Amino acid sequence: MEFTVRACSGHGRVGSLRLASGLEFETPSLLMITRRGLPVVIPPEMLMDLHPDSRACQFTPMHFLEDPLAAVVAKAGGVHKLASLTGFAMVAVARDSLGNEIAGEEASNLGASFETSSGRRIVGLEKYMEVVNACKPDLWVSLPDEVPHWVPEKRNRESVDHTSQWLDHCLSLQHAEHGNRCLGVVVGAGSLEERARSAEQAATRNVAGFSLAGFGLGEDVAQRGFHLEVAIAKLPNDKLRHVCGLGSPEEVLQAVGAGIDLLDSTYPYMLTKECLAMTFPLKMEVPLRNADRDMQPTPDHGVASGFSLAKVNLRSATYGGGRIDETPLVTGCKCYTCKRHTKVYINQLLNSNETLAQTLLEIHNTYHYLEFFKAIRESIKADKFHEFRTWFTSQRQELGVLSLGNIPRVVSCN
Amino acid sequence: MLGISPSMALRFEVLARHNRARASRLTLPHYEALTPLFMPVGTQGTIKGLTNDQLEDLDCQIILGNTYHLALRPGADLLDTIGGLHKFMNWPRALLTDSGGFQMVSLLHLADITEEGVTFQSPVDGKPMLLTPEDSIQIQNKIGADIIMALDDVVKTTTTGPRVEEAMYRTLRWIDRCIAAHSRPHEQNLFGIVQGGLDPQLRDICLEGLVARNLPGYAIGGLAGGEGKDAFWRVVAQCTAGLPEDKPRYVMGIGFPLDIVVCTALGADMYDCVYPTRTARFGSALVSEGVLRLTHAAMATDYRPLDSSCTCMVCKRYTRAYLHTLVTKEAMGSQLVSYHNISHMMQLSRNLHSSILEGRFPDIHGGS
Repeated sequence: MEFTVRACSGHGRVGSLRLASGLEFETPSLLMITRRGLPVVIPPEMLMDLHPDSRACQFTPMHFLEDPLAAVVAKAGGVHKLASLTGFAMVAVARDSLGNEIAGEEASNLGASFETSSGRRIVGLEKYMEVVNACKPDLWVSLPDEVPHWVPEKRNRESVDHTSQWLDHCLSLQHAEHGNRCLGVVVGAGSLEERARSAEQAATRNVAGFSLAGFGLGEDVAQRGFHLEVAIAKLPNDKLRHVCGLGSPEEVLQAVGAGIDLLDSTYPYMLTKECLAMTFPLKMEVPLRNADRDMQPTPDHGVASGFSLAKVNLRSATYGGGRIDETPLVTGCKCYTCKRHTKVYINQLLNSNETLAQTLLEIHNTYHYLEFFKAIRESIKADKFHEFRTWFTSQRQELGVLSLGNIPRVVSCN
Repeated sequence: MLGISPSMALRFEVLARHNRARASRLTLPHYEALTPLFMPVGTQGTIKGLTNDQLEDLDCQIILGNTYHLALRPGADLLDTIGGLHKFMNWPRALLTDSGGFQMVSLLHLADITEEGVTFQSPVDGKPMLLTPEDSIQIQNKIGADIIMALDDVVKTTTTGPRVEEAMYRTLRWIDRCIAAHSRPHEQNLFGIVQGGLDPQLRDICLEGLVARNLPGYAIGGLAGGEGKDAFWRVVAQCTAGLPEDKPRYVMGIGFPLDIVVCTALGADMYDCVYPTRTARFGSALVSEGVLRLTHAAMATDYRPLDSSCTCMVCKRYTRAYLHTLVTKEAMGSQLVSYHNISHMMQLSRNLHSSILEGRFPDIHGGS
């Protein structure tokens, strides 16, 4: 596996990641969500052609702990073969992406509590690595003792110690022939000192990269920024950095701005579940007024005004009633859904509770998010990441979305 | 221009026969189909989660839409404004709509049939409503399918007594009202439906009456409702014998592969049923040996594909064991089984057509 930084803009960087399988792609990259190895609603045979960058997925090893799936994935020879996703990057992330809370329960030396297919369980090191080795992921996260920021100091310190010990233990249990694929976890949620300590410890290990944990748990946005900064300052520049738990556009921008390379995000799927289509503009050059016109906004979208440029609510009863909107979700979008179908049709599917609606929406939302990541990379390559981030967050601010507050301008690239 | 008489919008050419079975080409306004064929049921303009590309990959030729559901949502007028269901769905191949009557009778509370039409309570606001033959045809004209079905008075096959006769004669009276109301005979083919229950005399009268109307095609209705197999096949045999050779014959509501094979042997050409996709949602896969219940514990260690003779995407990629772990836990599980089941039915259609064409029809497996 090779990771090379190609361009910088502030702390943000574009890298090229070449996996042992030969698959190569640029970072920062989105990891698409899977469950038990397959996309949630996107037909698996459509995944390859969904978008030029639709090649990288996350999966949760905790779903593969028990039989029969544990035996089935081992027999198949790994998750790629099981799910017929050879040619994709499959990244094992311990935290369940689809919404389970991290409570910071007590953990022993031997393992921590995770949501598995049979409920909340303590997952120990041996079992975890057994599953990881059976799944044969391209990259995997070491077993984390992940806690939210509000736990007492003692528990936080303990989580740093556990995580570090477990990283070593995981490394000792990884299959030699798989080479270096471990993303060492960095925790430290409540305390910047602990965060730095966790990062320092991980930095000395022989890993492919790092996975920053303990985010997306209701922490203050500015605090999150400090934690990212403090952790990344201790990590070597030439290794991958992944973060889990952050997925909204603002969170992505904050993470990328701090130097993150990989994010698994449920943002597209969260919108799909709410019958929303992602429509935010991606091009900085288009002035807001023109973008307004291009989006063909209608007063009867049925959502609070101000959100019409960011998301389209497709359940609105006025579709098909007053105004029939035969335009695609986003004019000019080249995704499968927008090339073939109209808002009024998707509205019909949603109102009839047809699962095809979710399929078509998820295809579009994933495509649009991959385009967002591409726009981020382009801005870094042009050394305009700060401008892009400011532009993006300010147009979202105007539309009533929470801002991140002051975004410090970073002038040097480490 | 398609067809022989001005009231047709199709051409039906029998390419080969084996005894009573036929392999034919059915040319419709939107698509040139090969029969025998199975039509998946699309209810509201979609087949349970499958994209148009997937349906084309699966070789679906004609898809069925339910007039009742479409009239409720998005509504006939919207479809008319847009230019029809084909355009709305962006489906490039053929469509068939039913009359709406059957859905009403089976789904709605207090539905009743009078000489005027089907009376029912609106599912939206409970108000009394009426679907006449004229209404049904007008709605179907707006939906724009290649084949539209006459509103018939359908009774369960287990019904006995004068109701059966009443329904048969009413069906004949209603076909004339349907024909009169049909405003697009050059673009849409109105099929009549043969009723008469299990009574051969009633069936004969209905056959004669419908054939005399010189319709583009005919359906055999009122079956697949709990009658015994012998009775079912006897009625199909009688109807196919009484219908013109040079027009398509559609047995409604048939989806068990064995039934399709037998009806084909008896001279039928088209079939529809919700069975393949419905049974997929319960974790059952249609395979050459029969029905595979994927929820069964034995599947957990079965590493074969669903069907070793199937070439669909699901059978090429996934094992029974993996699908077993998916079916009750992930929507994707039943999605994949639906995909395979449709593939199975379309493969069956292709096998029937080519085996008749190549003179080896009796050699094919008897379905499941």
